[in-house]
Amino acid sequence: MIELRGIERHFHVGDQEVHALDGVDLAIGAGDYVSVMGPSGSGKSTLLNVLGLLDRPTGGRYRLEGRDITTLDEQDQARTRRERIGFVFQAFHLVQYLTAAENVELPLVLGGMAVVERRARVTAALEELGLTARAAHRPEELSGGPRQRVAIARATVTHPAILLADEPTGNLDRRSTADVMGRLERLWRAGLTLIVVTHDPEIGDRARRRVRMVDGRVASDESNPAAGDPSPGIDPAAPFPA
Amino acid sequence: MTPRDFGRLVAASIAAHRLRSGLTALGIAIGIAAVVLLTSLGAGLREFVLAEFSQFGTRIVAVNPGRTMTHGMPLGMFGSSRPITIEDALALEATPGVIGVVPYSGGNAEVEGQGRTRRTMVHGVGPAMPTVFRMEVQSGLFLPGGDPRNPRAFAVLGSKLRRELFGDAPVLGARVRVGSERYRVIGVLAPKGEMLGLDMDDGVFIPTARAQALFNRDGLMEIDVIYGEETPAHEVLAAVKRMMIARHGHEDFTLTTQEQMVEVMGNILNVLTFAVGALGGISLLVGAVGVLTIMTIAVRERAGEIGLFRALGASHGQILALFLAEAILLATAGGAAGLVLGAGGAALLHALVPGVPVETPWGYAALALVTACGVGILAGILPARRAARLDPVEALRAE
Ligand SMILES: Nc1ncnc2c1ncn2[C@@H]1O[C@H](COP(=O)(O)OP(=O)(O)O)[C@@H](O)[C@H]1O
Ligand SMILES: [Mg+2]
Repeated sequence: MIELRGIERHFHVGDQEVHALDGVDLAIGAGDYVSVMGPSGSGKSTLLNVLGLLDRPTGGRYRLEGRDITTLDEQDQARTRRERIGFVFQAFHLVQYLTAAENVELPLVLGGMAVVERRARVTAALEELGLTARAAHRPEELSGGPRQRVAIARATVTHPAILLADEPTGNLDRRSTADVMGRLERLWRAGLTLIVVTHDPEIGDRARRRVRMVDGRVASDESNPAAGDPSPGIDPAAPFPA
Repeated sequence: MTPRDFGRLVAASIAAHRLRSGLTALGIAIGIAAVVLLTSLGAGLREFVLAEFSQFGTRIVAVNPGRTMTHGMPLGMFGSSRPITIEDALALEATPGVIGVVPYSGGNAEVEGQGRTRRTMVHGVGPAMPTVFRMEVQSGLFLPGGDPRNPRAFAVLGSKLRRELFGDAPVLGARVRVGSERYRVIGVLAPKGEMLGLDMDDGVFIPTARAQALFNRDGLMEIDVIYGEETPAHEVLAAVKRMMIARHGHEDFTLTTQEQMVEVMGNILNVLTFAVGALGGISLLVGAVGVLTIMTIAVRERAGEIGLFRALGASHGQILALFLAEAILLATAGGAAGLVLGAGGAALLHALVPGVPVETPWGYAALALVTACGVGILAGILPARRAARLDPVEALRAE
C-alpha cells in the first residue's frame, strides 16, 4: 500500500544542508501497525509528513495504493489527503471556535459532503470514540484525553486508509495514554493502517512492526507478530476518564 | 465546500475573533462615514448655492460694457469701447426670441420718506423687471411703460425699505426723495430675500434714465435680456451678439448667460464635493491599511489552524477563499455601518443646526459601499494569499 524508494528530504538552514530524510526505503502493507521510533531529530516527523503528503520529498519515489504520489498536483494531493489519510497530532490541533462535533465534521465540510450523509458519519465517529455526550463541547471545555479522541474521530470520519499519528500521547497523562492507544488500536483492528511516531518504547513496543530511525535513515525494522493484541488492563469499552 | 458551509465557517471564524473583527470593520466604517458625511455637506452646499443663483430665473443673458479678455481686463479701460445705452436695450427688445429687457443702472443714495431718511440701494430698471427677475408686486403697480428716455418720476419700494420709512402707514401715492429729486410711490414689492448677501428688499426701484441722471452716468451698467423657454440659449446669445455688434461696430461688450453661470458654479461645487469626498477617502485608505494589518496578524496567529485545514485536505484555493471572504465581509459590513453612521450624522447635523445645508448623495453612498467591498478585496488578497501559501508543516509547528 505504501512504497518508499530512496526518499530524501533536505532542508537548507543557512548555507548548511540538513538531511532530515536521507534515502528511506520502506514498504508498508494495508492493515499494518507500525511504530516509528528514534532519537529526537532523526526524521520521524518528516517521514510522517511526507507519508501524509504535507511535505514533498526532495528525492525518491513514493507510491501510495499503486499511484505515484510525487507527481500529483496540489489539488489532487489535497484530495488524496482528505480522502485517504487521517492525521493525529501531539498538540491535538482542534479549532477552538468549533464544537467537538463541528471539529469532527470539518474534513467532510471541506470535501463538500451533503449534510444528511455528514450527520450520520459524524454521529457514528463520535459514538465510536465515546464522545456522544461531548458533541456540543468546545475544545477548551475538554481535557487532554477527550481532546485527542475528538482529533481521532476527526481523522477517521472520512474513512481513510491510513492513520498517521505523530506523538499522539505526548501531551497526555498515563491513563489517557492507555485510553487513546486503545482507541487507535481498536480502529486498526477494524482495518485501518496505523503508523505511530513515538519516543516512548512502551508505546512503540505495542506495534506489530517497529521501525527505528537514526539520522534520516531506517536503522532497524523488526516485526513482532504477537504484538498489537489487546493488552491486559486496557479495555476500550471501559468508561473514559474525564 | 458548499456555499452554505463556507458561509458558516467564515461566520464562525468572525464571531470567534470578535474584537479583532470589530476593529477591522470599525476602521472601514469610520472611513465610509467620513466620505458620506463630507459629500453630504458638499452636495448640500451645492444645492444651496445653485438655488440662490437660480431664484431670479435662469433664462437671462446679461450684457455688460467692455470686453473681458482672458486676463480679465476690460478693453473699456482703454477707451475703445462705447457705453451701452437705453437705445441698445430697445434694439435688443426687438430681437427675435427676446421677451423682455431690463436696462440697469444703480448705486447708493439717500432716500427720504415721511421725514425719515435711509441710505439704500437705488436700482434704475425698466418695466420688465418683475418678469425678468421673477419678482412680485405686493401692492400697487410696478413702473409703467412709456418712453424710457423720458420717464415719469415714479418709484417702487422694496418691502424692507417701505417698513423702515413708513412703518405700517399707507404708502401708495406718498412722496419720497431719492437723491435730490422727488418721486411718487406707486407700488411695493413682495419680499424676495437675500441673494448672495445682497438684500433685494432694502432698495428702491426707479426708471433707468432717472438713475443714470442721479448718478451722472452716460452708459448703463448692464442690460438683462430674458428669452422664452422655446428659444435655445445659444440662439439668443448669437442674436444678441449680432445686434450689439451691428450697433457698436465691434465686440466691445460681454455676454453672460445665467445658465452658464449656474453651470460653472455647479461644476465648481461638484469638484468641491468630490474633493471633500476624496478627503474622506483618505480615512478610508487608513481603514484599508487597518484591514491589511489586522488580516496579516490574523494569518500569523492562525497559522496552526491553517496548517490543520491543509492537513484535513483543504486546498490552496479554499484557504484563500476563506480568508478573502472574511476580509470582504468585514469591510462590507463596516461600509454598511459607516453609511448609516455618515447619513445619520448628516441628518443629525441638519436637525441640530438647520442652517447647515445637507444633501446625502446616494450615488456617492453606493459608490462608498462598493469601494468598501473593493477595499476588502484589495486589503484581504495579500494576507489571504500568504495564508494559502503557508507551508502546512511549518504552520502546524507554529502552535
Ligand atoms: N522546516 C525545517 N527546516 C529546517 N530543518 C528542519 C525542518 N524540519 C525539520 N528539520 C530538521 O530535520 C531533522 C529532522 O526533523 P524531524 O523530522 O522533526 O525529527 P523528529 O521528528 O525525529 O524529532 C532535524 O534535524 C530538524 O532540525
Ligand atoms: Mg517529531
